[in-house]
Amino acid sequence: MATETLTAAATAPGASPRRRRGGTRSNENLAGWLFVAPVIAILGLFLLLPILMAFWVSLTDWNGQGSPFTGDVPFVGAHNYTRLFTEDGLARRDFMTSIRNNIYYVAIVVPAQTALALGLALVVNNRMLKGKSFFRSAFYFPSVTSSVAISVVFLFLFANSGAVNALLGFFGIDGPEWFADSRGVLHLLFGVVGVDSPPAALTGGGPLGLSWWDWLAGPSVAMISIITLVVWTTSGTFMLMFLAGLQNVPVALDEASTLDGASRWQRFRHVTLPLLRPTTFLVLTLGTIGSWQVFDQVYVMSQGDPAKTTLTPAYLSYRTAFRDFDYGSGAAISFVLFLIIIVLTLIQRRVLAERDTDRPRRGWWRRRVPERS
Amino acid sequence: MAPHTIARAAVAGFAAVALLGSAACGSGFDDSSGDAAQSSGPASLQILIGSSGEAETKAVQEAAAKWATSSGNTATVTPAQDLTQQLGQALAGGTPPDVFYVDAAQFADYASVGALEPYGDKISNSGDFYESLRTAFTYDGKLYCAPKDFSTLALQINTDLWAKAGLTDADVPTTWEQLTAAAQKIKAKGQVPLALGDTRDRIGAFMVQNGGWLLSKDGKQPTADTPENLAALQYIRTMLTTGLAKYPKQLDAGWSGEAFGRGKAVMTIEGNWITGALKNDFPNVKYKVVALPAGPKGQGTLSFTQCWGIAAKSRYKDQAIKFVEAMTSGEQQLIFAKAVGVMPSRQSVRDQYTAANPEDKPFIDGAAYAQGPVNAPKMDSVLKDFDTGLQGLANGDPKTVLQNFDKNAKAALGTS
Repeated sequence: MATETLTAAATAPGASPRRRRGGTRSNENLAGWLFVAPVIAILGLFLLLPILMAFWVSLTDWNGQGSPFTGDVPFVGAHNYTRLFTEDGLARRDFMTSIRNNIYYVAIVVPAQTALALGLALVVNNRMLKGKSFFRSAFYFPSVTSSVAISVVFLFLFANSGAVNALLGFFGIDGPEWFADSRGVLHLLFGVVGVDSPPAALTGGGPLGLSWWDWLAGPSVAMISIITLVVWTTSGTFMLMFLAGLQNVPVALDEASTLDGASRWQRFRHVTLPLLRPTTFLVLTLGTIGSWQVFDQVYVMSQGDPAKTTLTPAYLSYRTAFRDFDYGSGAAISFVLFLIIIVLTLIQRRVLAERDTDRPRRGWWRRRVPERS
Repeated sequence: MAPHTIARAAVAGFAAVALLGSAACGSGFDDSSGDAAQSSGPASLQILIGSSGEAETKAVQEAAAKWATSSGNTATVTPAQDLTQQLGQALAGGTPPDVFYVDAAQFADYASVGALEPYGDKISNSGDFYESLRTAFTYDGKLYCAPKDFSTLALQINTDLWAKAGLTDADVPTTWEQLTAAAQKIKAKGQVPLALGDTRDRIGAFMVQNGGWLLSKDGKQPTADTPENLAALQYIRTMLTTGLAKYPKQLDAGWSGEAFGRGKAVMTIEGNWITGALKNDFPNVKYKVVALPAGPKGQGTLSFTQCWGIAAKSRYKDQAIKFVEAMTSGEQQLIFAKAVGVMPSRQSVRDQYTAANPEDKPFIDGAAYAQGPVNAPKMDSVLKDFDTGLQGLANGDPKTVLQNFDKNAKAALGTS
């Protein structure tokens, strides 16, 4: 993977081989269209069309009776969206609470699962390791198990008298009532430094219907247990991706840098990590998308409780549509979520791509790669 | 091919498909906005139930089969995995089941969007249903559907632990003060006095006992922020902060009945479903059931009920009504009561039921002073928010919780 990018980058500034369409090409065009037609039809019918229909629903006040595509369904324009952002009310507060929860969730899950996956991949990629395939399957195992089954197991682990609290008790720590505890972790930390009740400056007001104090709550103790679960289950899949990336790293480079006197950390930092950048981007992107869409763990373990601290936009959208019969609002929430994910992915792409160009050491390894290929 | 050519081609293709597809779908949906055409003669009824378990499914299937053979129709009973969701999808798709369970808590949502056929008064002797159940299924002055059965809340006492705490029958609480007193004695012995569910469906009973409730009688005005409700929540808050009552999650249980069955609490407040649950999961627990302690304004409890909803889009409404008629007859309800452990919704078989189940007397007596669930559409998220407030009651301000409810309910009911 890395090699391809590099050679492409090397040739790009020179000749730009743009093809011209000639007479003989038109036949190929038609054939091309014919070949992609089935895929376009299937994707269009099962992907694009439902999305467009859902978008239409998000502009209406459809109550779930009969077809949403008749004149009887009240059209409300962008009201379902403005309700989420500009009108003070329960809809906005619920939505913003869910956004807050998910921001903290993503902020912890994505770095943690990426780091853990990379660590695991490095371990099982070690040439000296014995029983490699055993560890590879063991680490991958959580990913192939049903998330619902794992969620139920975690419910037992994190029960008040469950294994986690028993373990904490072994060290003399009185574990919390995990799934009943709605206190935010940041609030708890503030409590440690003596800020128990919110200062007036933070409760007064805040953006989008939540006070600053609420925004700064941090993930609740209940959310932490869900985070632990997700990090544990997803790291296996991402380990597999990192492992594939690591096996693409030429051994010769590693050896060459060793000869140049690079320490183990330097080799990791300046040889392995840069070569893994495409994989890292993939893992970060998939991780971000997946963690913004978290649903089944919440559905199985907490249903948004305690005190709405595990409510996420995906679950809120489901609840609004199927419990409150407010399909328009539910669809609107999912489109906002969609936008959030798209925007974040683009930003991520930007950030990772820019780091590629201003890296001073780049030339050092670039010269060597073509020799191998 | 250069990448952007592909992209452009793909977009063009998607657009074409989308146009074609939406044109095709426009005619594909069943858009009969009026009443569905009725078919007479032998019907094949689809019945969707939210079953509590094997026993209930079997009982309903047997009853339906009996009705089908005697009336010459067919009836298919399907137990739902998730009734609300499956029903929501079926209604959105335009092909709902003919007959289905409707919970009183969601009744107004279905009735307000026109999903239900208001057939209530076509059932023979509909005045025989308990008044509180009729109210629960009345929307805009019309009785929509026939109540299937009902449950009420009562106080359960673990007699072994009760005696261990040095309490006797004379200590069984009949007022809030006595409840507090008994709880303090139990706590002094190092036990948890009361396991209390952390939602409006349990705590609401205390509001009723103090003469309050969340909505006005006609279901149009929120009435949470009153001195009565505030006093009730303050009473609960004191119970929680002094450790006299605990929420099930604090006791490591999914619901109060589990905490009670495990002996983690001496008392709990649950409905008559706890009888079956304890018999299955904790057969050795010895307990007795008494009426909830009365509040300053007298006795109060909450009732929970479901009805047999008939879809407004059903093609076999007449046959469906006959089916419900058979299912809600006193005789049939007694059979269900025996199999499932629910209480019949008809007053005429009340004495027969209490004769067969004397220990359920406190539950069935509750029907006289019970308050049904909130009967107004679009209230689900408001009530969820209220529950959230109740969950944080120990550290929160009851007044704010009630004010928030009023504010949100006003917005939902459109009466602001």
